[in-house]
Amino acid sequence: MKIRVYRFHPERDQTPRMQSFEVAARPGMMLREALLEIKALDESFAFRHSCGEGVCGSDSVNVNGRNCLACTTALADLQEPIEVRPLPGRPVIRDLIVDMSQFYDHYRAIKPYLIRTDPLPEHEIHQTPEARAKLDGLYECILCGCCSTACPSFWWNPERFHGPAALLQAWRFLADSRDQATDERLDALEGAYKLFRCHSIMNCVEVCPKGLNPTQAIGNIKELMLSQAL
Amino acid sequence: MPIPRRHFDALIIGAGGAGLNAALRLASAELRVAVVSKVFPTRSHTVAAQGGVNAALANVLPDHWHWHMFDTVKGSDYLGDQDAIETMCREAIPTVYELEHAGVPFSRLENGKIYQRAFGGQSQQFGGEQAARTCAAADRTGHAILHTLYQQNIRARTHFFDEYFAIDLIRDSEGVVLGALVLGIEDGEPLVIAAKTTLLATGGYGQVFRTNTNAFINTGDGMAMALRAGIPLQDMEFYQFHPTGVAGKGMLITEAARGEGGYLVNADGERFMERYAPSARDLASRDVVARAIVSEIRAGRGCGAQKDYVLLKVDHLGAEVVHQRLPGICDICRVFLGIDPAQAPIPVFPTAHYAMGGIPTDPQARVIMPARHGPEEVVPGLYAAGECACVSVHGANRLGGNSLLDILVFGRAAGQDILRYVSENPHHRPLTDEDIEPGLARLQRWARRGDGERVSVIKAELRKLMEDHCGVFRDQETMSHGVAKLTALRERLDIVRLQDHSQVFNTARIEALELDNLLDVGTATLMAALAREESRGAHSRVDFPERDDTHWLKHSLYSLSEDRIDYKPVRTKPISVDSFPPKPRVY
Ligand SMILES: Cc1cc2nc3c(=O)[nH]c(=O)nc-3n(C[C@H](O)[C@H](O)[C@H](O)COP(=O)(O)OP(=O)(O)OC[C@H]3O[C@@H](n4cnc5c(N)ncnc54)[C@H](O)[C@@H]3O)c2cc1C
Ligand code: SF4
Ligand code: SF4
Ligand code: FES
Repeated sequence: MKIRVYRFHPERDQTPRMQSFEVAARPGMMLREALLEIKALDESFAFRHSCGEGVCGSDSVNVNGRNCLACTTALADLQEPIEVRPLPGRPVIRDLIVDMSQFYDHYRAIKPYLIRTDPLPEHEIHQTPEARAKLDGLYECILCGCCSTACPSFWWNPERFHGPAALLQAWRFLADSRDQATDERLDALEGAYKLFRCHSIMNCVEVCPKGLNPTQAIGNIKELMLSQAL
Repeated sequence: MPIPRRHFDALIIGAGGAGLNAALRLASAELRVAVVSKVFPTRSHTVAAQGGVNAALANVLPDHWHWHMFDTVKGSDYLGDQDAIETMCREAIPTVYELEHAGVPFSRLENGKIYQRAFGGQSQQFGGEQAARTCAAADRTGHAILHTLYQQNIRARTHFFDEYFAIDLIRDSEGVVLGALVLGIEDGEPLVIAAKTTLLATGGYGQVFRTNTNAFINTGDGMAMALRAGIPLQDMEFYQFHPTGVAGKGMLITEAARGEGGYLVNADGERFMERYAPSARDLASRDVVARAIVSEIRAGRGCGAQKDYVLLKVDHLGAEVVHQRLPGICDICRVFLGIDPAQAPIPVFPTAHYAMGGIPTDPQARVIMPARHGPEEVVPGLYAAGECACVSVHGANRLGGNSLLDILVFGRAAGQDILRYVSENPHHRPLTDEDIEPGLARLQRWARRGDGERVSVIKAELRKLMEDHCGVFRDQETMSHGVAKLTALRERLDIVRLQDHSQVFNTARIEALELDNLLDVGTATLMAALAREESRGAHSRVDFPERDDTHWLKHSLYSLSEDRIDYKPVRTKPISVDSFPPKPRVY
């Protein structure tokens, strides 16, 4: 099976290029394993990966134009010729490795932690199963960045628009019955950019490897803002 | 050019659950803390833990920390240190509450309390009815905990060195640990992090075995760093194999598959567990089932072209049961095997899972080793917590749900004691260029050019060797062969050369440094296993099938210099309760 991978080495290359490798596909083989075989042929080929089972979020790449995790993408599901590129819109460090700092900065900016002002009980803070269910589809995010780097609004405004991953987490804390910083969180999202650059294009939903729905989370935040304003 | 230096009160190597919980303690106390991790923190392997974390909250069934303690001592096959186990089981309760307050999205009961499920080896009243002690966030507990701890560290403004690789500890001539030499993965530049205290929280080393449930990054770096700094590793012969990993790939297939009525068959379609464990059959304890699978394969009754796995059948339960009760397993099977377990059996093989052994510590997470004044002297300035440490709460066999607990409790304990140490030792000690030499030499070794062997080839041979010679079943002959092969492999390490000598994000160089570490911890495991002539917990010797408390109720300590093994007694005295004396372990 022929796989074309994006190569760029800042110490050697002026411009990026595509390089073809021939990999013997085995039944059930995942793209990550194919990339590892390429690395065995050419150890200078670089990409991030770790868990191999879709939970660590390290190996997000762009394959045939679509963002995905290499470890949960089966070669059999891909159309030849297979082209593997780094996530779009991020500065490339080397080969498939991109600089994710801005993505992480937006995540940190939304204060992704529980804020409480009440004194803490000596046991757990109680939460009903229904209230807890509101966090399903939100807390499972693995920060892989597939969504934000597929979002046109994030491409155009990477400094100012928080992007789908960070906004999904903003909603995760707004939706948590234990959190007591709703006003503060909503105020921080005011303005034309941080939240409101989302135009519901839904690229994010389409690519999320965990099946999460940032578009809906963003819609929920907007709705909450409206209802608070009334 | 001199190597740049940074100064911190505390250096934490590792951003899994152990490292992050320690960091949180310290950053909240306004110490200057640096957390070094070779991957972005939420990519640490704690993220993969599924089932949950044990604490006797008694939310579902009656429970008590003392019952939890009994189960853990018994589970450890009496090799666990009872003072550490008492500490862990007592601390479990406030630890889980603290996690909940930090924001972990635990699953809930109708009354709003944390959901708890039953797990193996749990009992009420010291061996009575089944207990329900495992606190869970669905089947993503590790993810929920790791992300929450990282989030809280963002709040506490912990200083992170993401994608920095720790090469070696820096120890002065008096043996005091002064920090570590690290490598910026992105820029390829070495950096000295000088610190008053250093915590190793680098996790496990499952990658030393060919098939395992661990992440690619679990290469035993911290354990090997300790070995090279002259610190022995404890109880390395005890490595847990989970009976049902996906064959050839290693992902975990939970015990619940058999709990729901699944069973194992060999190439003849025979339900072979009936021969090995006539009453418990497929639900016999993990080590028994793992041994049975290997026996079948060795007898030529394995399935597939290579006859190297058995099949786990759940299809007879019907599609509804399988899809509703085992959705996670269905996902794994769909993604990685392209099968629906309701239609087709799952190929499984015992899979390397968890290191019970590691860097010896006391219950304050201080690293201890035999020295001038006794067998357990504190190494000044050095701490270890999490899977890389051996405190020892798991002894010869770990119970499910006790590792997440271990990393949290002793990560926190490390933070606590570091606070004390830094207040008593407020100044940095002098750090000379000589102190950095050994670490630098190790890095520079990989700058040698020319033709030679490949890192990937040696690594593959090591992994195969460990699986073949130090697996589920062990005996003198197989292991001695393994030692010979390993010695030959270590000699070949000298002629390994990198082809890639670039600076920026050179992952080949990182893998080479990891290979050094894997060889060191692999050697420790094999040597300690060869030396222990009894069967206890996960260590099962065909040639010594019985547990031998008279001669072997003791911890092993493997040192790199001269390949030496020493022993020290098990701490059988708890802190405030009576000790649990060794008894035959029957479930
Ligand atoms: C699939 C699976 C499921 C599990 N399920 C459960 C469960 O349900 N319940 C339970 O109790 N236990 C479970 N365990 C065990 C438990 O998850 C682990 O033992 C535990 O998470 C280890 O945590 P840690 O903090 O010690 O290490 P890790 O989380 O592995 O973190 C290690 C850290 O060290 C860093 N590091 C390592 N080497 C270097 C270096 N050289 N330089 C810089 N940084 C370095 C890494 O980047 C990482 O940040 C499971 C394990 C697996 C594999
Ligand atoms: S829905 Fe919003 S966040 Fe998602 S891709 Fe579109 S613009 Fe981006
Ligand atoms: S929302 Fe989905 S795609 Fe986006 S970072 Fe999280 S897991 Fe990845
Ligand atoms: S390697 Fe962890 S998500 Fe793919």
